[in-house]
Amino acid sequence: MKQEELLYAKTHEWVHVDRDAAGEKIATVGISHFAVEALTDLVYIELPEVGRQVKAGESFGEVESVKAVSDLYSPVSGEIVDINGSLTMKLDQLHDDPYGAGWIVKIKLSDESALKNLLDYKAYQAQCAEEGH
Amino acid sequence: MTSLLAQTPLHAWHAAHGGRMVDFAGWSMPVQYASIVTEHNATRAAVGLFDVSHMGRVRLSGSGSEAFLNRMVTRRVAGMNPGQIRYALMTNYDGGILDDVLVYHLRDARGTAYHLLVVNASNRPKIWDWLETHHDGADVELRDLTLETTMIAVQGPRALQIVRAHVDLDPASLRYYHGAETQVAGAPGLISRTGYTGEDGCELIVPAETSLALWEKLATAAAPLGGQAAGLGARDTLRLEAAMPLYGHELNEQINPFQADLAFAVDLEGRSFPGRDALAKLRDNATLPRRIGWELAGKRVPREGYAVLIGDRPVGRVTSGTFSPTLGKPIAMGYVEPALAVAGQDFSIDIRGSHEPARSVALPFYRRPQ
Repeated sequence: MKQEELLYAKTHEWVHVDRDAAGEKIATVGISHFAVEALTDLVYIELPEVGRQVKAGESFGEVESVKAVSDLYSPVSGEIVDINGSLTMKLDQLHDDPYGAGWIVKIKLSDESALKNLLDYKAYQAQCAEEGH
Repeated sequence: MTSLLAQTPLHAWHAAHGGRMVDFAGWSMPVQYASIVTEHNATRAAVGLFDVSHMGRVRLSGSGSEAFLNRMVTRRVAGMNPGQIRYALMTNYDGGILDDVLVYHLRDARGTAYHLLVVNASNRPKIWDWLETHHDGADVELRDLTLETTMIAVQGPRALQIVRAHVDLDPASLRYYHGAETQVAGAPGLISRTGYTGEDGCELIVPAETSLALWEKLATAAAPLGGQAAGLGARDTLRLEAAMPLYGHELNEQINPFQADLAFAVDLEGRSFPGRDALAKLRDNATLPRRIGWELAGKRVPREGYAVLIGDRPVGRVTSGTFSPTLGKPIAMGYVEPALAVAGQDFSIDIRGSHEPARSVALPFYRRPQ
């Protein structure tokens, strides 16, 4: 996925919305390259159960680095319909391919209103520049 | 916003080399450059360079300084040979730990003996005041060298190799916990065979003005050996693997040296220092929590403050935890009920609501190959 075409939460998760075969809107969610760089030295990811309902802004998992643990926040509301189980064995994918093989969960949208609160690429870049490294 | 944090003489170098600067005890210090794990592994395998200029350095001179220091710290420091360095504690009148310190007995270029006290950055103002209020007019001159010098720790199996070219004495001729004044990079400085990583190595104290050139030479010499600059993040994972206590975590004013497993640093017989009488009573107190360490089989990392349990019963608390880069698993230190403070005991640690199995182990977690 091209990072320029994604939407971003202020908490550094990215979102890509697509339709599945049944026409349902599905959001693929990951964390940005900026976030992975800021965390560094990742050792563990806690993924949610498939079937769990999440609300926008709610923690759905956590990622642990040598230095600290950080929550993963859902940028949208809906049902977790898939998780990227390969991350538990190959956490490097978060770093090596954050917008592809490093995706974290897929969420079937129950309500699209949260999408309005997300940033486009340009606005997200501006936020990262402000936070600096 | 203007930063009110103190900066070491190497601050601009850190910032220019990707150092992520954080507030540590009022100092702007690099927590890491690129990766804590990379810096950690470079130190274990080759050499790591650490700017530890935030550590407090207090020089004590005058005819009364040795006797004065001897009645301020938990361990006998009178009669140390010149060049000798000793780990000791300073305690309050209740026996609580005010700081853990290194006491150096040195000779200056003119052959005059003096002592140097290296204290934790966070405790420097407290210890300075404590010394000032206790010297009772004895012939003791205290001088705070912290801001006029730079302190660099060079740690790892290749440390002495890269330092050798820049000092006028062979660092290998110094025994562990010994030090001496010498020329360092052409300026008067101090080298000691000390450190806080569990590796061989040394620490250099040099004038602030000439320290950047020395640091750059050391970094250049380290690179082809697989060494590099390392931040406070790696310093923390390294010291934790070596099970060295850190003030503000394993040590504080509510903890006495016996609980912290630091009885080796306390001499009570025939001595007088603040807290001595309290410690004589606390020595055999079997009711207070004791420091131990755990290894975990999972991947989740115990952090400071997490509860330690046996079954559902809380029995202690974590004071430091990390993912050990060398062992490849989470490790932690903390305090538990004294009857449980033994190796080989099964505990669980409450990691954000999940009770993760943790087994107590003999410390240190890591011991360097001899």
